[in-house]
Amino acid sequence: MINSRSAFSIYREKAIELLIRICGVSAIVFVFAIFFFVFRGGFPIFGDDRFGLWQFLTSPDWYPTSMSNVRYGTLALTAGTLSVTGVAMLIAVPFGLGAAIFVSEFSVGKTREILKIVIELLAAIPSIVWGFIGLTVMNPLIQKVFGVQVGLNILNAAILLALMSIPVIVSIGEDALKAVPDSYREASIALGATRWQLIYRVLLPAAKNGLLAAVLLGVGRAVGETMAVLMATGHAVHIPHSIFDSVRTLTATIAAELGEASEGSPHYSVLFLIGILLFTITFIVNLVADLVVKGVKNK
Amino acid sequence: MKQNPFILGAIALSATLAFTGCGKKSADSGDARKTEAISIQNIGSDTMVNLAQEWAEAYAKVDPNVSVEVSGGGSGVGVSALINGTCDIANSSRKLELEEVEKATAKYGGKHPLEHLVAFDALAIYVHPSNPMTEISIEQLGEIYREGGQISKWSQLGVTVPGGDEIVRVSRQNNSGTYHYFREAVVGKKADFKQGSRDMNGSKEVVDLVASTPDAIGYSGIGYRTNKVKVLKVSRKTGDPGVEPTIKTTLDKTYPIARPMFMYTPPGEPAEVETYLKWIVSEPGQKIVIHAGYIPLPEFAPKDAP
Repeated sequence: MINSRSAFSIYREKAIELLIRICGVSAIVFVFAIFFFVFRGGFPIFGDDRFGLWQFLTSPDWYPTSMSNVRYGTLALTAGTLSVTGVAMLIAVPFGLGAAIFVSEFSVGKTREILKIVIELLAAIPSIVWGFIGLTVMNPLIQKVFGVQVGLNILNAAILLALMSIPVIVSIGEDALKAVPDSYREASIALGATRWQLIYRVLLPAAKNGLLAAVLLGVGRAVGETMAVLMATGHAVHIPHSIFDSVRTLTATIAAELGEASEGSPHYSVLFLIGILLFTITFIVNLVADLVVKGVKNK
Repeated sequence: MKQNPFILGAIALSATLAFTGCGKKSADSGDARKTEAISIQNIGSDTMVNLAQEWAEAYAKVDPNVSVEVSGGGSGVGVSALINGTCDIANSSRKLELEEVEKATAKYGGKHPLEHLVAFDALAIYVHPSNPMTEISIEQLGEIYREGGQISKWSQLGVTVPGGDEIVRVSRQNNSGTYHYFREAVVGKKADFKQGSRDMNGSKEVVDLVASTPDAIGYSGIGYRTNKVKVLKVSRKTGDPGVEPTIKTTLDKTYPIARPMFMYTPPGEPAEVETYLKWIVSEPGQKIVIHAGYIPLPEFAPKDAP
């Protein structure tokens, strides 16, 4: 075959391909670089006598700056992260999936456009603003509505995180629902199904991988959130007994204490170790979800 | 030949990446202190941040060539910046610990950082206005806040608070000089705080939370007092009469929980920093201290102070 392209255009193709490849690889490079950086920061703590991995994971006593009895127990902090995320998902998933179904199946034309724009706007609010809302608006509101003493608690932060996660769940959930071919819908209606039966028995099962991915991304957003929970949880280290208890999350602990820890000190390394712990929690959540999706696929 | 914008963009991108790659590596951010007379970096205590900001603004009128940049973060952050060499002046509402002095001395080639006493602060104990208590002792405060302390309900102190019986403890995060001072003066250096207190980010937030929570108690600088909270009189021992935090009682040491506030500088401070610090401990600087609600140095206390 006669090659009608000039040498320059061939090299140009190759150069562009190389550049795109570099961009793709760089994502992996950055992730590994972050892992490396965090592990290097956290590693020195293992050489410290006062540190014990079992104590780190299971003790609720967090006293890194004690003058007499230094203890690095993160159980209360982990409980804080998990409780706030859990309650947030309890609120966000029904609302988010409901909104996704509404936007995808029930709304048409202008309504749909406006709804999508407004939901995206919710995602654009900076998290520090959410924290401020939690501190000044939700605090007295929760005190009044539920009659509790302190409005800075799990419920406060959970509502904020839910509002932050809902746009994520709606966007991706709506895409997942849209991806279900119309032939499914047409077939169900032809068989005489009502709209709700169509959604509940046909669309949701068909889109469940995508919907699960949407929920997982929402969870990821909630677990990693720092500023809003720093301000809205009341920042108290203890294992909660009710949703009206104040807690402290792993992310807020790092944010609040890293500025003071001098580089290379045990406190500094322990905070990096908490970062590793966060990585691990997110990783486990994603792994479990992957397995569930695979299991669901094989059914 | 037609210029392809895509190629130009690609070349630009790779060039940028290469360029950033061979930038200078600043592991410890080197010597971020500027030695010209333009800006002074002032970091640290949250208790002092409003005061430091007022000083900075007033000093800009005195010497327009020098601009003082103030940021908070807590005394711990200021001390950390001093040790890492990233600030000119570190504000601290507590004295440097021995360990910190050693680290700083090591950083500055064997010379000690310089300590400047700039003002005093009375640590006020705040409660909600609806709380019938008027005074409290350091012993009782210790039992409330210390790990293993026995007091956790208002009825144990003999009062009934309209909000509820549980004492809601409001505290500070552990990067705070106020937190360190409270631990030293009330809880006991060798002991720790009881877990479960609401640890706020800054002095103002403590007062705000106490103002909106009927059964809360909290500690913060007297300069942060508002008319939405009540200040308790404090005595050393239970049963002794409580003393109110004022300029007079702080300076004559009858108010038991007051502390000096320091500004630390690296040794060999530039002339502009020295001039600024001299201005702070002179009449105009100390007038601002009184105006901001803090306690000035004894020689500048108003003669008719209450």
